[in-house]
Amino acid sequence: MNTNYTELFFALRPEAFLVAGALAVLGLDLSIGRRLDDAQRLTQALAVGAFSVLCACALAWAGPRGAVFGGAFMFDRFAVATRLGVLALTLLVLGVASAARSPRNSAEFVAVILFAATGFTLMAAVQQLLLSFLALELASLSLYVLAGFDKGRPESSEAGLKYFLFGGMAAAFLLFGFSLVYGIAGSIDLPEIGTRISMLPHSPLLAVALAMILVALGFKLAAAPFHLWAPDVYEGAPTASAALVASASKLAGITFFTRLLWVGFGGAAGDVSSLSAASGWLPGLAAIAALSMLIGNFGALAQQSIRRLLAYSAIAHSGALLLGVMAAARVGAAPVFYYAATYGIATVGAFGVIAVAERSGPCQRISDLAGLYRRSPLLAGCLAVFILSLAGIPPLAGFYGKFAVFAAALQLGGLAGPAGWLAVMAIGLSALALYYYLIVLKQALVTAPAGDAKPIAVPVAAGVTLVAAAALILLFGVRPSLLLDLF
Amino acid sequence: MNALPWTIYVSFAGALLALLAGRRSPAAARVVALVSAAAAWGIALVAAVRFVPNPAGLQTLVDVPWIPQMGIRYCLAADGISLTLVILTGLAATAGILFSWNIEERAGEFFAFYLTLIGGVYGVFLSADAFLFFVFYEIAIVPKYFLIAIWGSTNREYGAMKLALYSFAGSSLVLAGILWAYVSGGGQSFALGDLAAAASHFTHAQQIGMFTLVFLGFAVLAGMFPFHTWAPTGHVAAPTGASMLLAGVVMKLGAYGCLRVALPLFPVGLAFWQPVILWLAVIGIVYAGLVALVQDDFKFVIGYSSVSHMGFVLLGLAAANARAVSGAVLQMFSHGVIAGLLFAVVGRMVYERTHTRKFADLRLMSLYRRLPFAAVVFVIAGLASMGMPGFSGFPAELTILIGVWQTSPWCTVVAALGVLVAAAFTLRAIQVAFFGAPSEAPVAGDSGPLPPITLAEKSGAVLLIGATVLIGLRPDLLLDLIRPALQSPVFQAVFNGGAP
Amino acid sequence: MSALPTLSLIVFLPWAGALLLALMPKLGARGSRATALAFSLSTLALSAVAIGSFNPATTGYQLAELHDWIPSLNVHFSLGLDGLSLILVLLTAIIGPAGLLASWRQERDPRLMGIFFLVLQGSALGVFLALDFVPWFMFWELSLVPAYFLIKLWGGPGAPRAAYQFMVYTIGGSAFMLMGFAAIFLTTGTLDFPELSRLAADGTLASKLATLGGFWPHAVFLGVFLGLAVKVPLFPFHSWLPSAYAEAPVGASMFLTGVMSKMGVYGFLRILWPLFPAPLHAASPCLIWLAVAGVVFGAFAAMKQSDLKRMVAYSSINHVSYCLLALFAVSLVTRPGGSAATSALAGALLQMFNHGVSAAALFFCVGVLESRSGGRRGLGDFGGVRTAAPIFAGFCGISLFSSLGLPGLNGFVGEFLIFRGVWGLAPWCTAVACLGLFATAFFLLTFWQRVFHGPRAGAAAGAFSDLSRLEIATLVPLVALMFLFGVLPQLLTGLFNPLVAAWVGHLPLP
Repeated sequence: MNTNYTELFFALRPEAFLVAGALAVLGLDLSIGRRLDDAQRLTQALAVGAFSVLCACALAWAGPRGAVFGGAFMFDRFAVATRLGVLALTLLVLGVASAARSPRNSAEFVAVILFAATGFTLMAAVQQLLLSFLALELASLSLYVLAGFDKGRPESSEAGLKYFLFGGMAAAFLLFGFSLVYGIAGSIDLPEIGTRISMLPHSPLLAVALAMILVALGFKLAAAPFHLWAPDVYEGAPTASAALVASASKLAGITFFTRLLWVGFGGAAGDVSSLSAASGWLPGLAAIAALSMLIGNFGALAQQSIRRLLAYSAIAHSGALLLGVMAAARVGAAPVFYYAATYGIATVGAFGVIAVAERSGPCQRISDLAGLYRRSPLLAGCLAVFILSLAGIPPLAGFYGKFAVFAAALQLGGLAGPAGWLAVMAIGLSALALYYYLIVLKQALVTAPAGDAKPIAVPVAAGVTLVAAAALILLFGVRPSLLLDLF
Repeated sequence: MNALPWTIYVSFAGALLALLAGRRSPAAARVVALVSAAAAWGIALVAAVRFVPNPAGLQTLVDVPWIPQMGIRYCLAADGISLTLVILTGLAATAGILFSWNIEERAGEFFAFYLTLIGGVYGVFLSADAFLFFVFYEIAIVPKYFLIAIWGSTNREYGAMKLALYSFAGSSLVLAGILWAYVSGGGQSFALGDLAAAASHFTHAQQIGMFTLVFLGFAVLAGMFPFHTWAPTGHVAAPTGASMLLAGVVMKLGAYGCLRVALPLFPVGLAFWQPVILWLAVIGIVYAGLVALVQDDFKFVIGYSSVSHMGFVLLGLAAANARAVSGAVLQMFSHGVIAGLLFAVVGRMVYERTHTRKFADLRLMSLYRRLPFAAVVFVIAGLASMGMPGFSGFPAELTILIGVWQTSPWCTVVAALGVLVAAAFTLRAIQVAFFGAPSEAPVAGDSGPLPPITLAEKSGAVLLIGATVLIGLRPDLLLDLIRPALQSPVFQAVFNGGAP
Repeated sequence: MSALPTLSLIVFLPWAGALLLALMPKLGARGSRATALAFSLSTLALSAVAIGSFNPATTGYQLAELHDWIPSLNVHFSLGLDGLSLILVLLTAIIGPAGLLASWRQERDPRLMGIFFLVLQGSALGVFLALDFVPWFMFWELSLVPAYFLIKLWGGPGAPRAAYQFMVYTIGGSAFMLMGFAAIFLTTGTLDFPELSRLAADGTLASKLATLGGFWPHAVFLGVFLGLAVKVPLFPFHSWLPSAYAEAPVGASMFLTGVMSKMGVYGFLRILWPLFPAPLHAASPCLIWLAVAGVVFGAFAAMKQSDLKRMVAYSSINHVSYCLLALFAVSLVTRPGGSAATSALAGALLQMFNHGVSAAALFFCVGVLESRSGGRRGLGDFGGVRTAAPIFAGFCGISLFSSLGLPGLNGFVGEFLIFRGVWGLAPWCTAVACLGLFATAFFLLTFWQRVFHGPRAGAAAGAFSDLSRLEIATLVPLVALMFLFGVLPQLLTGLFNPLVAAWVGHLPLP
């Protein structure tokens, strides 16, 4: 194994900067921050955090390409794109966090966000079992903390605890799966594992390992039937935390698991043109995708709370994303990256709108959004862009994402095969999904404001973030090549 | 001709400007909207006057790569058929804005949605790449929802949601079909011409399957029986300007989709389903007419009459010969204008003054005395709707009947019956709504003069009446655009492969 | 082509008048009526011009005008005049102004009424002169619109329903006629009547229609037949007529019975017979009995009426059915040569004109009675009018006897010729039709006796003024014509005898 630490350091400069940034935030808060009030401390923390994220972006772009440290990390186009995407999403989340009404411990909050971002960027590039687990856990632990951050609200604590328990269990599954894989393949290096497994006959042990890995994947991406934590976490966690969970975590998770499954277990993928589960993990993934889409869409129909609706919609989108994962070997990772990245932007935006709206009143139920067009036209317009992108309406980015993923899935065997059926189901369910997205927009744009509703003042940072996110969605929707050319 | 894409851009720009102008005042928004719509229409008319038909069919206007990773190009093209429909869009849009002149509440947003919708429609009529076609088609869906949900009347939220979901469901079917064709063709290109070439190598089963999906999806938007139920509800719920556009132009998107995408790409599928489609169309004509006959809400009569007239369009398209299809396109234009007139009278002239659409109430109001202009306009629109010679509906229906005789004489007979039913329900509507029993005791709360017809309404009515009379007396103005387009190799292949 | 487009002027001047009236909303009642009458009389003036350049010996179409209209459908704007159209144009030129004069006292919105009358007149003239299906059909359908409004807006209490029924029935029939012509265009590529007649004469049309296969050629015939039969009306498609004629205002009833019913018969003569000689021949045994039924039923139903206007309406069915009786009898012919056929056809043409005049006069008289009695027009509402209003009794009596067919008045010649002709072709039908004659005599004489004779009763018991000058001015032309054409029918027959001879000479024989 090539232990070129210099190369490793250069490759991981973004992570280093993020960690340094987190420490700087904490340090500044402990020193200067003592004399400032809460709002100023938040601003300070966010400014430093944003700066470090931007530096990390630049460094990620300028970083080395290809295998690093003997193949422990692989900075291929997919990885680089994901790193940039995750950092951009983190930046947007920081913008959303600026809208917090009564920030407490804001420096710690920002620091943990930065740690989570570090985990995400690592997850995007790892190609080795141990480091994978490390990266995943770094990210997940940070997210657990973020979910339970609002100690003043019992929902937040509940969210944090649930997330932690579920996540811990999933991590255990993953680790056990990894150890089985090591036993079978004798290496912790993904490409080597891949080579060895494709030469070995299929064994039940491998099947068990794959099943466990799929469980972990399901949990991370909030795919059914491992989705039970999502509604509560999305509802209970502080808004910025939920935004991060929904966006960057998902993008990083997609990249992570795509690489894990295809590079590591490509030979055991099996065939999706038949429904037999014995052939490999593709049918299992297909089943998870189908279940997620069904549960996510039908679950969202019944929701009265806006955040739970977003949670179920996240579950549905995970299902669609998995279609892209399934097709990634055949058509490349561009479609699924595009979908995940733009989905992330739209979700951050949606949570951002909720965060700003919360400043002038509760924003839990969908009906709390009533009359948004009058209370704040800016928020209403941005929300329309985000929700319509989630619904997949052109010319917004969500449309092309779905389109590309469905086209990719159909290439796996035409309309006749199960993948084709999945794609058709996905298309049909997105028609269904339009219903509940329109319900949200109906409240925001059609329904008159409640009698006691007050206008909402949009803070500058949050406003800029939202407008930037909306602009990005429009831009990527009209010129998808901007993202696709990263591949 | 090359200026045609500007119809799209002017409309979208106008939408943004109207939104901003609306912050200043509703009047500013209106003026911006009218100028945009009229400008786009002007571009279309100039292009029509200068049009030289190309024997190859579609003439390319713009063709640049867009998303090379999937073989998608931003490709706009037009032939005589596209031109006809673009002219219709401009006319309906301008008239619709004139009839929405009195919108005060959130006027900027109203005209922004309106112009976005129009821009999307122009885009559909000019697209030559299936992906682009689909994009514009879907762009048109969301403004529809908001136009109805915010400014509509009866049952507007239900009607808006139903219309949006049905449209989206239809477009989902189309998406599935197009993707299937794209993937089966090797995933190289979405250009309509390339897809057609690839599709000619597909197996019969594949073609039939793809045709089913795509045609069904478009037919839902065109209001084909029995997938038409969204149309009366949605159009009734919509505000006047929106109903004019929805019934007049947006329903034509579905028919155009059938004509431009479903038929040329999958002629084998058409041949397979032709008898069924013919009969569904003809049943739709008669059934919708009969339902219109028993309505007690004025606007519902018009809503159902739209479904009935679209049945004629689908009948002509399904007959798949040059005569019938040219009649169908002419009927698309004719009905677009006539539906606009009918909704304008019912919604703007009558309902917004009398606040009722029930025949039971209108019957007692003797409206022909109190709103003589509206009565005259509605009589003219009603006659045009009945297919009275001298108006655009007559040459359209005659041409369709001639074309359908060739394919299915029985359908022609039933269609003639549909003409009879149309006369019956239209006459009933005229009679009851405007010429009800001469006033005995005035109805409670309904005395005094009604607000006079405004200049905007008169202008809009004159525009539309002028169009239907002009085409009624000189249908060749449009037929000379349409018929050469049908001589192109693409359509000739359909007519040869499609006729039984 | 003549230097002056006489025929176009004939058709479009009334429409121009209507447009003029429409654009002058401030014109008063007297101005409106005068303008309307002036434009209506223009037809008479122009017809005189047309007669001047008309040569009866030429049996083709004269004063023809041909313009391209819709090239993609091979449609032309084609007008032409022959003997048949000439007498009908003359009839319209007389009945139109008469109807306007009859409505002179109408107080409600005379300008609007004038507009509708002029549009109606123009459309009727267009029907009689158009020689290509599309313009012909346009005039045919457009004539319904003013008729509908005339009945609806100025009619009696049952007017809405009567008008609705009238229009829907006729449009329904027309829809099937449209369908038939669509097929004709599909198979032959032309919609021009003279062209189609030529094709039919040498059998080309029939063979082209046969390419439709199955029973569809018959369906085409039936469709065209239906459209025309509803208009005449031929029994049993007549149920719209009594209410429509009875509810319509006086002037409209005069025009409806005088001119519009002739449009249907004209259609049979100009379109159905020349284009479909063989199917018509095949259907004639059945159709002729329908015509007879119309004759008999019309007369007997009239007998049963107590409403005078309905009585005259039913008698219209009776009289117009004579024309169709003649036509169907002629189409039964299987061997060449036939003074019977000539007689029947000449009688039919004469009857068209004469019935128009006498029926219009009768409706006017009933209108006079109605106006004097305050709206009542039952048989029992009057008595002894002869004593109260002798001039009126004189005029009305002449009209009644003309309708009856008294020799010396115009009604006789037409009926006589028809009976003579049909007797030679279908004796049994003649025999049964005679029942109609008797019934007609019965009810007309009953009318005469109950209303005019006996002691003054009912409305005539009180003040019953005699005819005013306006009313006399309306009736005198009509009555004069009754005498003129009763004594000198050759003035009319001279216009179309060569044409009839040509028809008989070229009878399509099976």
